[in-house]
Amino acid sequence: MTRAIQVQGLRYRYADGTQALNGIDFHLDAGESVALFGANGSGKTTFVLHLNGLLRGEGSIEICGLPLADDTLQDLRSKVGVVFQDSDEQLFMPTVLEDVAFGPLNLGLSPEDATTRARTVLKRVGMAHAFDRAPYHLSAGEKKRVAIAGVLAMDPEILVLDEPTTFLDPPARRDLVTLLRGLPQAKVLVTHDADLARALATRAVFFDQGRIAGEGEVIEIVQRFHWEYS
Amino acid sequence: MHIPDGFLTPPVWGTLDAISAAAVPWVARRAQRDTQDQRIPLLGVMGAFVFAAQMVNFPVGPGTSGHLVGGTLLAVVLGPAPAALVMTAILVLQALIFQDGGVLALGANVFNMALLGVAAGYLPCRLWGRKPLTIFAGGAFSVMTSACFALSQLRISGVPMAGSVLWASLGLFLISALMEGAITVAAVRAIERLNPTWVAGGPQSSSSRTLPALAMATLALVVIGTLIASAAPDGIQRLTGQGGTTTGWNLRLIDGIGGLILIFALCFLGGKLIFRRRSA
Amino acid sequence: MHHLVIDRWSRGSSPLHARDPRAKLAVLLVFLVAVSTTPPRAQIAFVAYAALLIVGVRLARLPLGGLAGRAALVLPFSATFALITLWSGDALRALALAEKSFLSGMAALLLVSSTPLTAWTAALESWRAPRMLILVIQFVYRYLFVIAEQAQRMRWAALCRRGNQKGYFDFSAAAGLLGVLFARSWQRADGIYHAMLSRGFHGRFVPSPPAPFRTTDAIFCSSCFAGCLAIRLLL
Repeated sequence: MTRAIQVQGLRYRYADGTQALNGIDFHLDAGESVALFGANGSGKTTFVLHLNGLLRGEGSIEICGLPLADDTLQDLRSKVGVVFQDSDEQLFMPTVLEDVAFGPLNLGLSPEDATTRARTVLKRVGMAHAFDRAPYHLSAGEKKRVAIAGVLAMDPEILVLDEPTTFLDPPARRDLVTLLRGLPQAKVLVTHDADLARALATRAVFFDQGRIAGEGEVIEIVQRFHWEYS
Repeated sequence: MHIPDGFLTPPVWGTLDAISAAAVPWVARRAQRDTQDQRIPLLGVMGAFVFAAQMVNFPVGPGTSGHLVGGTLLAVVLGPAPAALVMTAILVLQALIFQDGGVLALGANVFNMALLGVAAGYLPCRLWGRKPLTIFAGGAFSVMTSACFALSQLRISGVPMAGSVLWASLGLFLISALMEGAITVAAVRAIERLNPTWVAGGPQSSSSRTLPALAMATLALVVIGTLIASAAPDGIQRLTGQGGTTTGWNLRLIDGIGGLILIFALCFLGGKLIFRRRSA
Repeated sequence: MHHLVIDRWSRGSSPLHARDPRAKLAVLLVFLVAVSTTPPRAQIAFVAYAALLIVGVRLARLPLGGLAGRAALVLPFSATFALITLWSGDALRALALAEKSFLSGMAALLLVSSTPLTAWTAALESWRAPRMLILVIQFVYRYLFVIAEQAQRMRWAALCRRGNQKGYFDFSAAAGLLGVLFARSWQRADGIYHAMLSRGFHGRFVPSPPAPFRTTDAIFCSSCFAGCLAIRLLL
């Protein structure tokens, strides 16, 4: 059975020489949800930017059995959907509908099909009322849902979310958890939010200075590395 | 510096609209070539940055403060063609959404600020390398060029400008020009300190300097000519004494120079086109 | 903020909002040319143009006072020149200067208040405006609010630390703010580019085809053209 993600020996060095990733081994099975913990600068975000080829390091990455390479990049980018931390950077089109249709259009769908798919996905995330709205008019929670819709419109098998609960108030966080629970894709959650991890993830991985310092059940990792307020 | 509708006569706005309508697609193609990976988001964000930056006040003395116009900063950071395109986008938005500048007058405003203003801002650096002095000169020259062309276009359209008004406008423009120079230098230095790679490297020294030098000379000639014509003392006395229709030699001189400006501009842009075809 | 109000207005619905943006843009241009070429002695024509605009504002279900107030922003500039013209003896011309700039401003405002930005930029594009320019306009507009807000917050934060000094900044602090704002903007652009690549972007923005031009739009166009022409030639 091919794994959704299989990473072996990933190393990456920044332009100024810092070793950001120092031999990462990681796997994700279909339908599984994994939380990535770690201090700022420990390499979590750098790691996930490798999963869809935005950064290219040494070592091997396989997504759904396909090795990440120049010729497979476009295909794999539709399999791995990345939701970035800053929704304003993610929603760059003038209206919600156009933004969500951006992905399908790039995949080659006709404008009509892309729009239809965008509408369907927006209904799925509960943002059907906002088709013609401009992104800056939306609240943080609404923007996050539209960002997820934009990624879902590509029909991915894996979802990667980078700090999804930043800027969200408690009701919005609850809505996000409910939404994510209902999605069948395998998920990688980069987060500081232990509650989110407990609600969604079955496994946690702890990053420390470019290495994986621990792996196990969410509660166990949170306790071992003191990853909560009190 | 943004000319509203109702001031320019049809021959003036018509000609300038035609010139801009021809020049902007050329600039867009050039910008596409100069921007790596078609980084359109960068151009858009930089445009938004300039808009926002225009809100920041730079105090330059008791009760006076200036703000960035941005053409030179954009040229130094992005290169001249992308900068001109971004300024055009800004001017379109300012005209339609912010009521700053007319719609029929858009061709004139684009010509003055996005095309000539950016070119004037870029030329000193292009000719003498990127140094604080050339950036300052670029900023000042950019504002003076835009201002002089705008004043000439208003004059050609018959908008009466009494000597005192002309003096006052030019004086204000001169102050703005110096402020633009100072602010641009300060901003470029602040940016360079954060990350030197953000400021676009100058062009290779091997590329020809003839055309840029010619362009610079043309623009400088026009600007100085306009300033001299406006400053002629006799003309101003006659202006304030007369009123009514304009007959002073001084004003005819300005009109004449205005005509020359248009011709120079056409030659300048034509030269750019020809130069491009030859090197293509 | 000004542009936020206009943005809200542009997303309303009315018979004018529903018209094809190309039609509205064409009507705007014809109106502007008519106003621009009207000689100052034809004062009654300006009244007629104003009446035409009022009809348009009603059709768009927009507040007349609000629109007129915003259009009046152009008046300080034109009033200065109008006064100079008046002082040099040409009263009609002075009046015409103020009237023309106000009417033109109001007409442009009516267009953008009844047409979302994506619609009128699409109209420009269908008239062969360079695609790159259109994209830059849309991106500038999209990030205008975001970056302006950032700049505002930075200014407030600086104000909190000014103690007894007047004003927000001294010169070097203002330059520093621009530098940081620039840096954040550049990084933002990088983030946007990553987001675009992640969703399959491979160099070209795919344009959406324009909606078909309907009979209602043709009728709207011709009646407005006729109106402007009539005012220009008869009055």
